[in-house]
Amino acid sequence: MKKDYTGIVKSLGAVLLGLIAGAILMVAIGANPFKGFFFLFRGGIQSIERFGNVFAIATTLILTGLSVAFAFRTGLFNIGAAGQMLIGGLCATVVGLSFDSLPRIILLLFMFVAALLGGAIWGIIPGLLKARFNVHEVVATIMMNWIAYWVVYYTIGNYFTAGLETESATLPAVAQLRLPWLTKLLNGSYLNLGIVISVLAVIVIKFILDRTTLGYELKAVGFNRHAARYAGIKVNRSIIMSMMIAGGLAGLAGLTYYTGYSTNIQIGILPNQGFDGIAVALLGATSPWGVFFSASFFGLLHAGKGFMSANTGIPPQISDTIIAIIIYFTATSLFIEKLWKKFKAGRAEKKKISTGGDEQ
Amino acid sequence: MEYIVEMLGIRKEFPGVLANDDVTVRLKKGEILALLGENGAGKSTLMSILFGLFHMDKGKIKVRGKEVTIHNPNDANDLGIGMVHQHFQLVQTFTVTENIIMGVEDGFVLDRKKAGKKIKELSVQYGLNINPDEKIEDISVGMQQRVEILKMLYRNAEVLIFDEPTAVLTPQEIHELMGIMKNLLKEGKSIILITHKLKEIKEIADRCTVIRRGKVIGTVEVEGTSTQQMADMMVGREVSFTVDKEDREAGDVVLEIDDLSVLNNRKTMGLKNFSLNVKRGEIMGIAGVEGNGQTELVEAITGLRKVESGSVRILGRDIAKDSIRKRNEAGIAHIPEDRQKFGLVMDYSLSENFALKSYYQKPYSKNGLLNQEVMDNHADKIIKDFDVRAGRGSKSPAYALSGGNQQKAILGREIDLDTDLLIAVQPTRGLDVGAIEYIHKRLVEQRDAGKAVLLVSLELDEILDLSDRIAVVNSGELIDLVVNNDDIDENDIGLMMAGVKRGEQQ
Repeated sequence: MKKDYTGIVKSLGAVLLGLIAGAILMVAIGANPFKGFFFLFRGGIQSIERFGNVFAIATTLILTGLSVAFAFRTGLFNIGAAGQMLIGGLCATVVGLSFDSLPRIILLLFMFVAALLGGAIWGIIPGLLKARFNVHEVVATIMMNWIAYWVVYYTIGNYFTAGLETESATLPAVAQLRLPWLTKLLNGSYLNLGIVISVLAVIVIKFILDRTTLGYELKAVGFNRHAARYAGIKVNRSIIMSMMIAGGLAGLAGLTYYTGYSTNIQIGILPNQGFDGIAVALLGATSPWGVFFSASFFGLLHAGKGFMSANTGIPPQISDTIIAIIIYFTATSLFIEKLWKKFKAGRAEKKKISTGGDEQ
Repeated sequence: MEYIVEMLGIRKEFPGVLANDDVTVRLKKGEILALLGENGAGKSTLMSILFGLFHMDKGKIKVRGKEVTIHNPNDANDLGIGMVHQHFQLVQTFTVTENIIMGVEDGFVLDRKKAGKKIKELSVQYGLNINPDEKIEDISVGMQQRVEILKMLYRNAEVLIFDEPTAVLTPQEIHELMGIMKNLLKEGKSIILITHKLKEIKEIADRCTVIRRGKVIGTVEVEGTSTQQMADMMVGREVSFTVDKEDREAGDVVLEIDDLSVLNNRKTMGLKNFSLNVKRGEIMGIAGVEGNGQTELVEAITGLRKVESGSVRILGRDIAKDSIRKRNEAGIAHIPEDRQKFGLVMDYSLSENFALKSYYQKPYSKNGLLNQEVMDNHADKIIKDFDVRAGRGSKSPAYALSGGNQQKAILGREIDLDTDLLIAVQPTRGLDVGAIEYIHKRLVEQRDAGKAVLLVSLELDEILDLSDRIAVVNSGELIDLVVNNDDIDENDIGLMMAGVKRGEQQ
């Protein structure tokens, strides 16, 4: 059976067009784009430490990307990954700071569960509102983002600061996802246990979507909720379930970010990674491994932009602009799809294959 | 003879499908040319090429003798070619005038009055009887179709393409449409009529071009060709119009509806104190004009709609308050009216669609894990048993199938459930004679196998052909229950459908 590569081609086409647009921008400000890209990518892969950081950045993006992608497969638009991530981070931090006398493995497990549950609850609420009162999930999740923002502001600001009032106390080493031997091996890279969590999450989510009755139900609801209901699938339960899982994933993103990439949680900031998750999911064509690769690519751009700027004088914002343009091309990828289909049709013509059929 | 439109040697290929293969169609000025073919034969593709929606791979198009290239619908408009689509392209909250002038407004400020006047004149000229100031949402489907016709006339179209225009109309509206078409001819227009309804071709068309599997089988003068001959040409074999059905003694009651009341979408009573029994080995036909409680009845039985009062029993057990899944398990199979909205998940493969009601049970899954192999084998079996034609077999996504094959797929899935009750709603809507013949045969087979079959159809012919007993509904009430035998009077049923009870009839 032939595989359909349209999704992959669409994403790669968007990346290529984004890079070309970035090159034009570099030329426009009088820089050499070849040099620019050379340093941008070299900044991501030149040393083992930087390479580690690519995936340290990707860790969080994979999880927020998965969160958005999973909800999307059930026909829901989760804009609330930022808030879910924040709550997940808060729960993990509170547990980490409060129970640091526990043995490490138990403490980390406890933090993991806390982050998962915190995010899940933050997802369930918009899910319930949608199922019960038909409140659009986009509105509800944005609201939940701000509630999370202020919950963190209050909780951390009043009970968990030390020294600075704008951030929590630093987590003790025992409550961090960082592994000393890994940090040493990668010459001080931020890469931590979180990458294991995110890769496992990719595998588990792929498994749920492809192989389980739960995934079958959720996708059926996403594709056609009328048919799902007709077949006896509980549509409302599926919506709540999907938002719960999406929230849980974003909660884990908070765990990896605030207790792995960073070692404390700041107040007054809605994490960008939550919104970048939408872009990651789009570029990854909402497939779990697609999310993994697109998050890694974004990680590469983020990790290399400082290096590019230091060596060429090209502002690091160019790298952000490239990401933005890629997202733009992904969202409007009809054009790329058309080109690809033409290309395929042209090849088929050359091969002189013409078959009749009953489909239309 | 002068041809106004000629499509010569048209070829169009989609990935894996040759939709049009060296197709030549010629339309004479001032005639109605019918384009007859089964679903998926390539009629709509051909007309979409003429209208500029698709681009042909090979071939020539001539309009008034001159070769032309049509890149988009605007080009087609400029050449005087207009199309009434099967699904109307109207803005519900706009008035008739606003819809018609959309896209051809003169200048920046809308002159509704001037446009309205022209529309009124056109309406009178062609006998359309349209009020330009009414909103689309307030007028009937038949009237909406006339707005689509007016849209073309307003744009000075000379050639009018009708894509399955009668599929959405009541018998009365169909009759009126035929009259409008004759008016159009009188005013010098030429018409291409895409259809698979032989009766209509016989009634109105001058010539008929038959297409089968992307190829032209032939063009015939309608006068002097029987419907049987045209049907045989279309399907490629001899078609039987009558359903073979032996008399059969009905058995125990399977479905028992007692004093059932259900709300409709407007929150008024859509079904009022309705009682009915369906027995093993019988087909119970529900006859009625659209919107007289059929939808409410079916949805109340299947659980898609809440029951206000009364009971629904399957084999004696009241299921009126059960979940949809519980009802399915209690023994209901349901071929829904809207096959794309309810019947199939279009993006799912056939394998996945065939498991839609059983995926959670063994052997399709175990402990929450799907067994793809079992699902595929199950799909292969239904595909074979029900002659579902799909390019990639069980892996084909449902959207890649033609309408007839989608319907066969649903039929196959529901019959395969092997339940005591089979509800079939409009099971042959929009299908060609070949597919209709097949589906009727399978429904009768189910009856003969001792199932209870509840058939809801807006086509009275279908009800009369298949049913053992007929329940006539009007305004959500059961008007009468009649046994379908040789001395049944079609006119009586027609009157009952209009709400006139027996005894009140003269």
